[in-house]
Amino acid sequence: MTTTDRPVPHPSPLTEPFWAACREGRLLVQRCDKCGAHVFTPQEFCRECHADALTWVESAGDGHVVTFTVIWRPQTPAFDVPYVVAVVRLEEGYEMVTNIVGTPPDVVTIGAPVRVRFTPVTDAITLPCFELA
Amino acid sequence: MSGREVVVVGAYNTPQARVLEGQTSDSVTLAAITGALDDAGLTTADVDGLTVLPGLQYRGGADAFGYALGIPWFWTGAQVPGPAAVVEAAAAIGAGACDTVVLAGGQAGVYTDRAAVAPWARTPNEFIECWGLMTPAEWAMAAQQYLHRFSVPREKIAHVAAVIRNNGSRNPEAVYFGRGPYTAEDVLASRMIADPYHLLDCATTSEGGSALVLTTAERAADLDVAPVRVLGGAWDSWGPTYTHPPTYDRVAMWGRKAGDAAFAQAGLSRDDVDVFEFYDNFSWEIVRYFESLRYCDVGEGPDLVAGDAIESTGRYPIVTDGGTMSHSHTGESQRLQRVVQAVRQLRGESAANQVVGAEVALVAVIGEVLLLGA
Repeated sequence: MTTTDRPVPHPSPLTEPFWAACREGRLLVQRCDKCGAHVFTPQEFCRECHADALTWVESAGDGHVVTFTVIWRPQTPAFDVPYVVAVVRLEEGYEMVTNIVGTPPDVVTIGAPVRVRFTPVTDAITLPCFELA
Repeated sequence: MSGREVVVVGAYNTPQARVLEGQTSDSVTLAAITGALDDAGLTTADVDGLTVLPGLQYRGGADAFGYALGIPWFWTGAQVPGPAAVVEAAAAIGAGACDTVVLAGGQAGVYTDRAAVAPWARTPNEFIECWGLMTPAEWAMAAQQYLHRFSVPREKIAHVAAVIRNNGSRNPEAVYFGRGPYTAEDVLASRMIADPYHLLDCATTSEGGSALVLTTAERAADLDVAPVRVLGGAWDSWGPTYTHPPTYDRVAMWGRKAGDAAFAQAGLSRDDVDVFEFYDNFSWEIVRYFESLRYCDVGEGPDLVAGDAIESTGRYPIVTDGGTMSHSHTGESQRLQRVVQAVRQLRGESAANQVVGAEVALVAVIGEVLLLGA
């Protein structure tokens, strides 16, 4: 792969359900059967209570911007600048790194409410980006 | 530190440059090892321990180099060469697992696709790389949150970058020697990389190697070198790097536990430190170190670093060789450069910005903390 191609995730057996759901426009997250904690990124066991009973459930996809940065020097030429990378906290109580899309970067703020917006990148990969709600 | 007293007897940076034509990561790492042993007045025949990271070869570097150097049996360290690796090696020497350890790293010829950011700034992680994330953006997000939470004007952070770059401007060994002087306004006028970081808030990229030699105080007594004592040190991990969201709340106190341990081991107070060789990957990080290492309360760091306080003539001299922003940033061996510079300060042999009468140096590289004494 050259750096003119956008890097895409290469799912593992552990993470494949997450990416498969993204292709269908659903945002999944693991929830602990024992303590109810939502766990992301995908893990083999619960970070809160260490139970190994994690079940994939659907997130509502609503959250807010914890922090963000507007990038002007791209990781690789595959990214058009400026683009926004953010940490979003979902209402279920877990955080994701993502892109904020569909809006001029200068209107993104810390604390802004956002919702998931699925963006197909390849046949196999659809990214769970977010847009201002 | 418990056990046998451990000292640094060799400290060396090879020439550093944007590009070292004809060099490889192995060749600059070897040059660094040779230079540090020469500095100590020792040879590879004296070495029975190695921590080596050539280029970005994170596993097996010490094994490969020990064999290539013809050392039959040797202790190996697992840490990336830098402050934590010094602590690890000092513990091994102190406990009698080995007597003389070389820590070395270097990189040349690895960063070739200049349309992309440096390879060490791009992580292959499945939940990170696909967003166009890179190390400046990772660190920028924590800084952005801090500046927002404490209503800090960017000029106060840009000032840190200006001071560091001006240190390098005065250092004939710095890749950017003579470049400057800069003001905070110059930093803010440079192009944006990842908000809030402008180009001059960020580390540069270059090539070169660095190495240290550690041995017992007893062995050092026979050498024609002023030994620098390892007084204390520790390191904190925060989990896998570049994998989980780098929020301010996760980053803020990274290194505090290690710092507390280091000062307790050394039996020193914060006031005893004369020079602060902090890892300047990005400007706000310097503020974070002063807060996490308890030099001021959270939110007060921007005032602590204001004015002349962090100049080499101030109370808190930082990054006296120009650091990653001006001296050199090779991907990994810049971690060793911080220790090399601390040693040279304590010997009174800094190539520039010598802190008069420096007796105690505090080295911090992200979560790694080391105290050295003359």
